[in-house]
Formats: sequence, C-alpha cells, structure tokens
Amino acid sequence: MTGTTGGPLAKGVTQSYSFVMSLMNSLRPGGRHGLSSRETRDPIGLAVAAVNRLAQSEIIDRVGLRRQTEQVVYSTTRNGFRVATAAGRQFARAGRRTAGARPATAASRGVFDLTPTDDESMLLEVVRELADELLRPAAAAADEACAAPEEVLAAAGDVGLPVLGVPEELGGIMEERSAMAGTLVAEALAHGDMGLAVATLAPGSVATAIGLWGTEAQQQTYLSAFTGSDDGAAVPVAALTIAEPTVLFDPFALATTALRDGDGFVIDGVKSAVVRGAEAELFVVAAMLDGTPALFLVESGTEGLEVEPDPSMGVRAASLSRLHLSGVRVGADALLGDTDGVAHAECVRLSRLAWCALAVGTGQAVLDYVKDYVNGREAFGEPISHRQSVAFMVADIAIEVQAMRLLTWKAASRATRGQDFAREVGLARQLCSEKGMRIGLDGVQLLGGHGFVKEHPVERWYRDLRAVGVMEGAVLV
Amino acid sequence: MINLETPRKHAGLVDQAHQLAMNMLRPISRKYDRAEHTYPKELDMLAALIDGVSETGATGGAGAGGVRRDDPGGDSGRVRNGANLASVLSVAEMCWGDTALLLSMPRQGLGNSAIASVANEEQLERYKGTWAAMAITEPGTGSDSANITTTAVKDGDEYVINGEKIYVTSGERADSVVVWATLDKDLGRAAIKSFLVRKDNPGLKVERLEHKLGIRASDTAVITFNDCRVPAEDLLGSPEIDVKSGFAGAMATFDNTRPLVAAMAVGCARASLDLTRDLLEQAGVVVDYDRPAQAQSAAAATFLRLEADWEGAKLLMMQAAWMADNRLPNSLEASMAKAKAGRVGSDVTLSCVQLCGTLGYSEAELLEKWARDSKILDIFEGTQQIQQLIVARRLLGLTSSELK
Repeated sequence: MTGTTGGPLAKGVTQSYSFVMSLMNSLRPGGRHGLSSRETRDPIGLAVAAVNRLAQSEIIDRVGLRRQTEQVVYSTTRNGFRVATAAGRQFARAGRRTAGARPATAASRGVFDLTPTDDESMLLEVVRELADELLRPAAAAADEACAAPEEVLAAAGDVGLPVLGVPEELGGIMEERSAMAGTLVAEALAHGDMGLAVATLAPGSVATAIGLWGTEAQQQTYLSAFTGSDDGAAVPVAALTIAEPTVLFDPFALATTALRDGDGFVIDGVKSAVVRGAEAELFVVAAMLDGTPALFLVESGTEGLEVEPDPSMGVRAASLSRLHLSGVRVGADALLGDTDGVAHAECVRLSRLAWCALAVGTGQAVLDYVKDYVNGREAFGEPISHRQSVAFMVADIAIEVQAMRLLTWKAASRATRGQDFAREVGLARQLCSEKGMRIGLDGVQLLGGHGFVKEHPVERWYRDLRAVGVMEGAVLV
Repeated sequence: MINLETPRKHAGLVDQAHQLAMNMLRPISRKYDRAEHTYPKELDMLAALIDGVSETGATGGAGAGGVRRDDPGGDSGRVRNGANLASVLSVAEMCWGDTALLLSMPRQGLGNSAIASVANEEQLERYKGTWAAMAITEPGTGSDSANITTTAVKDGDEYVINGEKIYVTSGERADSVVVWATLDKDLGRAAIKSFLVRKDNPGLKVERLEHKLGIRASDTAVITFNDCRVPAEDLLGSPEIDVKSGFAGAMATFDNTRPLVAAMAVGCARASLDLTRDLLEQAGVVVDYDRPAQAQSAAAATFLRLEADWEGAKLLMMQAAWMADNRLPNSLEASMAKAKAGRVGSDVTLSCVQLCGTLGYSEAELLEKWARDSKILDIFEGTQQIQQLIVARRLLGLTSSELK
C-alpha cells in the first residue's frame, strides 16, 4: 500500500490527513488483484471485500502457512517471501585490471549464404539431439515444477553450453567467438523447450559477457569456474539481470542505480526475470551510473541481496526470480565494461538476439506440431488440413517463422563479423515478438479445445512465446 | 558461413540501379501515372543504357529476368551468388524508382523471362533483342491457369491459335507475345504449351487497353487471336504432351518470376518507408531501434512494425533467389517470398499514407501512388491466396484435390 507522507505542514493537519488517506487507500481496491487504480467500491462491494479478507485469513491460519522462518528455495506461486541469495563460492581474485582478451570476429567473403559453417553444423547436431531427447520430454514437468531437472543442466554442461561464447584462449570451445553459433544453438534448444533453454543458457550468458567486456582480472577471477579448469567444481549458476518490474520498461533508462562510494559502488534497485536467482552465485546487474547504464558483477554472498520467486506466465522452467538490491556495496573491480554505455547497449542487443533465436525455435516447434495434428485430426469426414482456413493458418506460420529466422540470422551474422547490428536486432525483436505471439496463438487455435489443455504442448508454447517481447537480459549470445 | 548482406559482387549493380531509378524513373514517375497509356519515351534511352551494361556482363544477367537451370556452374560446391540474386536486387531498386516504369522497360518483359527459362538454345538466339509480353490470363480464367481455353491446333508445320487473353502487360508496346494455349483440352494441364507470337502477325489484334488503379504507366492490353498461324518452331520447349511431368514445365517459369514480383513489392514498399521516415523525422519523430517500441511514439512504433515486416519480405525474396542460384528447388520459398512481400507491400504503402495524413494522400507526394501501385503485386503472378495454397500444399503434403 502506498503511504502518504505530508509536507512541512502543521503536525496535526499532517496526521489527520494521512489517517484519511490511509483509510481511503484501504477502501480503494486498485493496485492489487489486477484491478486498475480507477476502480471504486460501493457499499456492497466493501462488504464483500471484508468478508473475503476474513475468509482468507481463516484458511491461512488453518493450514499454518506464512511462517517467516520457512526458507524455500523456490516457490511455484508468488508469496512475497524473500530469502538471501545463495551463499556462493569464493571467486579468488586474480589478474590485472587491464582490458581482457577480446574474442576475434569472423571475416566474411561477402557472399550471401544461408549455410552454417562446418563447426556450427557439428555443434547443432549435438544440441538438436539434446533438445529432442532431453529437453522436450522434460519440458512439461519442468514447467509445472518451475525448475530445470538436474540431468538436463548436467547434460547442457557436458555439451559445453556454459562456455559457448568464451574464446578458446580463455578456455572456451569455439575458435572464434560467434554470436551466430550462439543464435543457432538457442534456436535449436528452444525447439526442445524455451524454459529449459533459458535455464541452461543463463550461466553461459554471464560467462560470455565476462569474455566480451571483462578486464583481465575479471576474466581470470571468474571464467575458470565456467570453463571447468576450477578443480572439477560444478559450473556456477549465474544470471544476467537487466529487466525491472515496471510498465514501459526501457533498458536504457533503468530505475536501479549505482552510486560511486569511495573506491567502489553502492547499488540499489529491483531486478526481474532473474534466471534461477535463488541458486545463482554470480549476477551481472545493469544499473545507472552517473545517468548512463552500466554493468556490474555482483557475487551472491554480498550483503544487501535478496531473492524472491517470481513465477510468470511462461518460461517457468527457468525459475524466474526477482533480485532485490539494497545498499549493495561492490568494489571498483565490479564494473563490467565501460561507463559510457557501450558495453551495456551491446549486452542488451545480444540478449535480444538470444530471445529472438528462442522465439524462432519455439515457433518452429509449433509449426512442426500443428502440421502433424491438422493432417491427423478429422472433422466432417476428412482431415481438417483439407480446409483452407486451417491450411492457410499453417502456411502463414511457416512464412512468418522463416521471416523471423532470417531477420535473426542477419542480426547474428552482423554481430559475428563485428558490424553494427542495432537496426537488425531491433527489427528482429519487433518481428519475433509480434509474429511469435501470433504463432503461439494460432498454434492453440488450430488444436481447438485440445490446444487449451496440458495434454498438448501448444498451450505452453503460447505462454512461452509471450516472453519474447517483454524480456531483457537473462540470456545472451 | 551465414551472411545475409547484399553480396559484395552485386553491390555495384545495386548502386547503379539505384542511381538509374532515382535520376531517370522518379522524375517521370508522376507524369506517366497521370498520362496513362502514353508511351514513356524516356525509357528507350534507359533500355539502351541497360543493354549496354548487360553486354559487358557487369549486371550478372540482371534485369531480363528468367533463369536457366542448365547453365554451367563454374565453381561447383561453392556457394554462388548469381543472376537470380542480381535480378531481384536490381528489380527492387528499379521499383523503388517506379514499379510501372520497370514493368514498361523495353525488352525486359515477363515474356522475356519465360523465353529465358524454357526456350531452347536455337530459340534463344533467334529471339535475341525481342520485347516479349506474357499472355496467360483469360476472361474466364485467372488463378486456375491450367483451365485456359485458348487453343493451338497443329496444321502442317504451323500452329493455329484461337482465343482471347487479358491483362497482357506491355501488350501494346512489346513486339512479341508469349501465349499459353492448349494443344488438347481433354489432356488437361500437360497439354498447355507456350508460343511466341510476333505482334505483326495478322491473326493477332490488340483490342483495347485497361484503365487501372495503379501501375498506370504500364500498358495492360486485351489481345485476341483469330486463326493466328505461328511456325511450329515458335513453340517454346518440347512439343510433346508429357502427362507425367504435366504442368511442371510451364509452371517452372513462376518459380523464377515470383521472386521478381516479390522484389517489386519490396522495392515499392521501401520507397514509402524511405520517404515516410524522412517526413516523420522532419516532424520530430525519430525511430529508435534500441528503445522498446511501446516506449516510443505510436508513429515510431508503427514504423518499426512496418520496417520489420518489410525486412522479412526482403530476406525471403533473397533466400528464394539464392536457392535458385545454387540450384536448390525453391518453389516453396518462391511462394513464401511472394506471399509475404505481396501483403507487406500493401500494408507498408497504405500505412505510410495513414502516417502522413493528407500529405500522404495527396498527389503532391508519391505516397498515394505507391499505395495504388503496390496492390497489383499481391495479385499478379499468383494472388496471395494462391501462394498460400501452394505453401500449404507443400508443407502439409496435400494434393490439389485434397486442399482445394
């Protein structure tokens, strides 16, 4: 509830004013339960609301919920519980604060081409198998549980997803840093399941960010944990956090701030769409520094961090969370990249690229699924695919998913070659969020009532595809 | 390696086409929109210019359209950027200038595409330099072109053609017409053959010219054939009626021309986008690719939506042409490109008029013209609905009797 504090008025006036205001606020229904703040209650409404509140409290008492001591790691329903972030490992400081190694960009022979390189094809083969045989079968349960199963995360680690964007000289697997390879991988994974794709790609996104913008010290301090040269310890869970829970969110005008404080910074704000926030050991946090967005590395053990489950419409397997930062103090070495907004802007764009790739993969999954369904499902004595209204919907899905793919690939290939890709990724995001959602919508519609129940995956894809236009951060290629 | 930029080897051609479009087509664009049916004499010089450039091979065969699948590929196994890609890119640039004038370009008719696609070597040589229009549609037969009623009857070493054709682009100005006619109506689509008929053939008559919504600089003719006798060697391709391969031969032309029509829509729509962006900027609306659309003005958000759709159409067009260059079957992709570009062309040009208000609606600007020109591009060479049928049948593995 929003409290009202008076200005420099006489004390009595302030008190009676704030009493009236708080009474008014408690009578106003808006701001909760999806009600607009313009709603008002009439006497009957007030009575109903009072009865309802009483009823709720009885239920709560009977089942003994709301014990503040209960430390849940992740709850599949929002309950407002916040817990401290994971204790996390000690990342031993190493290296100098000079610019770290920068991944090389790929050269081009200037030929229009839609064929992946041999390296990319080999990688894709492996990832497609992972998507088909592990992600897709695990998707429904993971969506329900709001958590990715251990074997999926382990398999993703074995395939090398956490170090996909890390250059070879820093312990990665690809010779050249390639946003294109990352894009193809994200697309293939999302064909299995978007939620699990996000869960498995999130740690690697932080590693990629450190590889791209880290100082030598940051790279030496953190990357060995991801590349497995850290005595066999598990790859850390890590989260790239840009989004904030506000309307009309603009990643270039953040509410989260970093204030200079002595040698370091103090960060305050709330981040949303934080993947596996409760388990994460390392966060990249976007915050305004002197009016310009910048990126900061924040370890989970740092004081002032709290995480709260934030289960959403879809992408539930990624255990989406909110990260609260109150007076979080970090050192000067926490700044990742520059202070003039360049690294941050590139980060936002590469993240959007990843979300576009996820939309393409899920869109393709919808297409593949409905193609079989409309050919198999009969009505009025013949397959429903024999009706133009059905068949044309499928045709449109195919056309738009290919358009989405080509825009995404164009942006990714430009990024890979080190060319400016702001326009291309902006357009790709526009198309992928609009047409992607349309595909999710039509996917359910083509199955009719069957599409609305969880027996078929289309309702999950519908929920997942809504994410593409609203997400910032979380994944990055 | 994935790369969706304009090929380096075609960059010069695209620039050239852009300069031609800007400096030769735009200045006469409104003039011939108003003076419907008047021959754009300026195009003769332009055509000569294009011929000259083509002779040098610098265009990579662009412009004349039409693609031969049997031309020897030089570096086999290597990805090619050839004549198809060059054609769609240069056609898009020319249509950025003026779609109707591109369609009126001497010796660059759709009939030339058909000749280039299906004629044998001897015919290619013999028809060199002709300006060929294309006559398929009949008063009672539009999209179901397998159903045409124009007949061709063998008589000695000639064929006798009878029938009426409508919507013949450049039907008056061209010096020859490629006509679709059936050798035997009972044998269905397999019996449909195309013939090259000279315009001075006494059996051919241009009846009238249509008055149209758009592309008014392009003449659209009604042509009748009355016991029109053509030498047997003017039948394009094989005279055999192969019931198995059926319609494929004649329809193969469309795999090549559909990406070109997509290119026309892409070019026409970009003209609208370019001008609208400029007018919006003058009014203080700057489109920002980084900030979320919903955090920008409605006009900027609309523009972003239009441009994203447009980019999708363009890349689908390039994909279809690239596949043809690399001898990959592209019927599906050609239809996808045509379907997307056709509807995007209308949406973009009409929305740009809406964004620019009465300024866009007025003949003071060309936006209203582009919004009229674009409509035909979602109709000819297969309507939006026909493209969807083709795409759906291929995707779902359905025959034309299953998905009607």
